Amino acid sequence: MADESYPEDLLYHAEHDWARLDGEDATFGITWYAQDQLGEVVFLEPPQVGAQVTKDEPYAEVESVKAVSDVYAPLSGEIVEVNAGLSDSPEQINDDPYGEGWLVKVKLSDQGETEQLMDSETYRSSL
Amino acid sequence: MAARILQPSRNDAAARPGRGRRPRRGWLEGRCYGGAVPTPDAILKRTPLYERHREAGARLVPFAGWEMPVQYEGVRQEHLAVRGKVGVFDVSHMGQIETNGPQATELLQRLLSNDVEKMKVGGAQYSVLCLEDGGILDDLFTYRLDEDRYLTVTNASNHAKDLGWFTYQGASFDAEVSDRAADYAMLAVQGRTAREIVQALADSPLPERMQAGRRFIVGAETLVCGTGYTGEDGVELLLAPEHAENLWDRLLNSGATPAGLAARDTLRTEVCYPLYGNELSEARGPIEAGLGWCAKEEEGFIGSEAVRAVREAGPGEKLAAFVLDGSGIARQGNPVLEGGEVTSGTFSPSLEKGIGMAYLPAERAQPGARIEIDVRGRTRSATVAEKPLYRRPQ
Repeated sequence: MADESYPEDLLYHAEHDWARLDGEDATFGITWYAQDQLGEVVFLEPPQVGAQVTKDEPYAEVESVKAVSDVYAPLSGEIVEVNAGLSDSPEQINDDPYGEGWLVKVKLSDQGETEQLMDSETYRSSL
Repeated sequence: MAARILQPSRNDAAARPGRGRRPRRGWLEGRCYGGAVPTPDAILKRTPLYERHREAGARLVPFAGWEMPVQYEGVRQEHLAVRGKVGVFDVSHMGQIETNGPQATELLQRLLSNDVEKMKVGGAQYSVLCLEDGGILDDLFTYRLDEDRYLTVTNASNHAKDLGWFTYQGASFDAEVSDRAADYAMLAVQGRTAREIVQALADSPLPERMQAGRRFIVGAETLVCGTGYTGEDGVELLLAPEHAENLWDRLLNSGATPAGLAARDTLRTEVCYPLYGNELSEARGPIEAGLGWCAKEEEGFIGSEAVRAVREAGPGEKLAAFVLDGSGIARQGNPVLEGGEVTSGTFSPSLEKGIGMAYLPAERAQPGARIEIDVRGRTRSATVAEKPLYRRPQ
């Protein structure tokens, strides 16, 4: 499992999700804290490409041996890609939560929402 | 904050909201499966090994009024340690009731579903405790310590209820019922080398499987029972709480992996042992639960007439084990299409698949039958399988 970290180039949502902005798109994933609380991820129920996601609403489910948790969208938009590698290796969410363990790429519908997210320091202090 | 091993399924909703510091439903404060309604506002009891659990980095969670280790390093790793070598569980939250006196056997014969008279001194026996209507109050292991003295191990969540029932029914017998829960710490050492490492700490040969007896383990008087809840060989050790830390340390030094309630739950699910609050409740009897083998109606236990009626007529539903056909994990409370409900569901670390148990209409509870389970709105197919789902290599 990765060491605890909260990269400074990401934005954070209180439900323990992160977003990496890239122009009009963003990549979403779950934070180190989230994967640590969940334990080893054994299954991911991914959303479909083309689906709309809404900020603060669940868009996917991750399951460990003993628990299932909803994954909340940190921002709104349309899913343009899902991380296909996770269907065979969901444990990448534990091993590399900000890299290989990313969940989806989203075309954002409201750039203004980013102002409601936390920076690394604020998120870390909320834990 | 941690994987709650939740217990009574009857009140699934109560197992839900996290009432911690965190806003809304946080990680693992949402839907977790397999165990007790959290009681965050209650004062939780701690076992004599509480400090050891903290030192070992355990996640401690409320379970049936106790603050218990749900996992240490991780449930999969602990699970596989028990399957592959040996693990040790602190099960000191479990209760004990002692029954002794000239009519102790008669009282237990009336209370317990199994044939208590058949148990020899030094024997162990599994049974259920039934209400008059056959519904199950608890499932229990009883050890015959002497001719007229027995020790019964209860589920923590049911201990007070069981004690009340024993005492109430015992009033008309020449037998004394006493609460011994505070007098024992209890450790389960399970796995293929479990006996070996406990034997090395013992003064004399350990009791065989389904036997129990007094031994000195690391110098402390201990009731050693050849029983367990994992499908592996092993022993359960009951001893005075003040000796528990020393025994725990010695077992870890001998190579035992500390294992938490989460691994205990996945291990018992793989071998299809029922859990009270999941498979067992007052709403169903032993025949439906597949425990007809430990119900001896001819011995006249409380509830035996109701149990006999179900046995003779055939149960309308039966507890079946299943394996998911594809990916996905069914969980406790998921409905089975065309009737039935999942009572336990988990990812199986041994089989690397979603597995579980469900009550199904009797005609569809046969191995090979295909079922469909509504997993939070998605239909997932599964196949009914022979119990147990995992069998240890001989």
